[in-house]
Amino acid sequence: MNRQAQAVILLLLGGAVIRASVTDLYLRYVKEGLRPFLIAAGLLLVAAAVMTLWYELRPPAPRALAPAGGPGTGHDAHGHAHHEPRVGWLLILPVLGLLLVAPPALGSYAAGQAGTALSAPQQSDYPPLPEGDPVQVSVLDYASRALFDRGASIGDRRVQLTGFIATGGDGQAILARMVMSCCAADGRPVKLGMTGDVPAGLPDDSWVEVTGRYTDRLGRDPVNDLEIPYIEVESWREVPVPKRPYD
Amino acid sequence: MTTDTDRAVPGEPGGRAAAGGVDDSVHPPGAAGGEPPRRWLGDRIGSVEVLAALLIILIIFREPIAATLDDPRIQTWTTVFVSIMVQAVPFLAFGVLLSAVIAVFVPRSFWAKALPRHPALAVPAASAAGVVLPGCECGSVPIAGSLIRRGVTPAAALAFLLAAPAVNPIVLTATAVAFPNNPEMVLARGVASLIVAMIMGWLWLRLGRTEWIRMPRRPELDDTSRGRAFWAAVRHDVTHAGGFLVLGAMAAASINVLVPERWLQTLADNAWLSILALALLAVLLSLCSEADAFVAASLSQFSLTSRLVFLVVGPMVDLKLISMQAGVFGRRFALRFAPTTFVVALLVAAGAGAVLL
Repeated sequence: MNRQAQAVILLLLGGAVIRASVTDLYLRYVKEGLRPFLIAAGLLLVAAAVMTLWYELRPPAPRALAPAGGPGTGHDAHGHAHHEPRVGWLLILPVLGLLLVAPPALGSYAAGQAGTALSAPQQSDYPPLPEGDPVQVSVLDYASRALFDRGASIGDRRVQLTGFIATGGDGQAILARMVMSCCAADGRPVKLGMTGDVPAGLPDDSWVEVTGRYTDRLGRDPVNDLEIPYIEVESWREVPVPKRPYD
Repeated sequence: MTTDTDRAVPGEPGGRAAAGGVDDSVHPPGAAGGEPPRRWLGDRIGSVEVLAALLIILIIFREPIAATLDDPRIQTWTTVFVSIMVQAVPFLAFGVLLSAVIAVFVPRSFWAKALPRHPALAVPAASAAGVVLPGCECGSVPIAGSLIRRGVTPAAALAFLLAAPAVNPIVLTATAVAFPNNPEMVLARGVASLIVAMIMGWLWLRLGRTEWIRMPRRPELDDTSRGRAFWAAVRHDVTHAGGFLVLGAMAAASINVLVPERWLQTLADNAWLSILALALLAVLLSLCSEADAFVAASLSQFSLTSRLVFLVVGPMVDLKLISMQAGVFGRRFALRFAPTTFVVALLVAAGAGAVLL
């Protein structure tokens, strides 16, 4: 590929990255904290593209007038120069991924593939839940309180949590939410079993807001043989995909 | 008729130039490609035109493409692939920027002064430099390439390449956060990674051959205009290293989707098998070194030692790194360097796990 084509691809890649980071698209793939770096990187790519085009389209420097001088040549007689990387064509793929496809955040398929991520107890005593009835908690928070605190810090408070529907090991619907620490490649699910008014008739990957109470029932994730806490569902409603799909 | 002329000479080394020779009698040579006096019909088609046509076709067929992506496996693959790329772009940009600065603005004499004269001493110095620089493996490959180009002894540049992503403040902090109950993990990771980087540097001094490293010629770096050389370096490194990063990200996404975690469950019970399994998993998953600690923490069915191996091997050998190293240093180099690093990292990390954990 010649330099102009490289410049166009850099422009597209930079533009796609900037677009993804000024909209909320990037939250499907990476952590929120990466945003300023994404914008800076996108600007650098655009600048590289503009500068390349600027140097390419200006009147050629004297050395370019040497015989066999064409785009990307200038040092050998081959029609294509070895230092113009052909592998750069592949950079179209992330551009298409971001601009054309924009795949959704990880969902039930990924949740079924991986074991529940609640493994290392971060601390032994949990702070009391914030005010509110029902109190808003994340799936991760509820699950770790339910599992490692045996629900002591939840008591009989009503909790409200948002996650998506996935199919558990025994074919029952479970409530899951992906947590990620860097990008979706390291995304792992936190899974909750449901009893009581279990959301029914919803396909996998539907997002629901569940209101309920703590129950001491426990299940097991067949993938990594870890315990899965349950929640006693009192009511639920379908909700749109949240802006931040990961916990 | 021109098309026939084009087709008649593809085998010749100067195929394109010869085909262009028809034009050359009409246009001055400098006008070939990109310059205004190009004939659009019947003339050869440049990469810009190919690119434009490709994009138009893709936009037209957007609907059917989106339909094939509906399968959950393909959709998960796409998500993982895109997210690895999005995650890596800032690190790639940072690494490319730094490597372009090294390649163009830092004089060769600087490295002679900054690093110990003796190569055997330059290796630990370069490893220590890697500790300070927060970065990801995607950025350190072009930087190491630039260092070698600027006359730094390959042994030191390679030690830097291995140390920079594996031991730096961000990575060690992430490890401490991921293993709140095992602070010794941070120490073990730092020490083991540094030892591996230095061993690999010294091994290179003893066994390495310069001809294994086949770096592409970069005449544009010697451009008299610094600005032109700088932007040429940035453009080249992003398309080059970035292209190989795409290859690696595709491989890692495939592994992520195709290898279900439950397979690992059966391996976790055997101490030696689990070490080997997690070392291989680290290579295949190609996680960013800033994130791998959290994944290691969630692999709780495995022993701490095997998870340490995962953390030491991952930032030094993985699919996207192998792909990028093959691109920047040449295939002969990557074929020797990556397996050796894998073995050394595995042994050192297992040893460190036995002593420290």
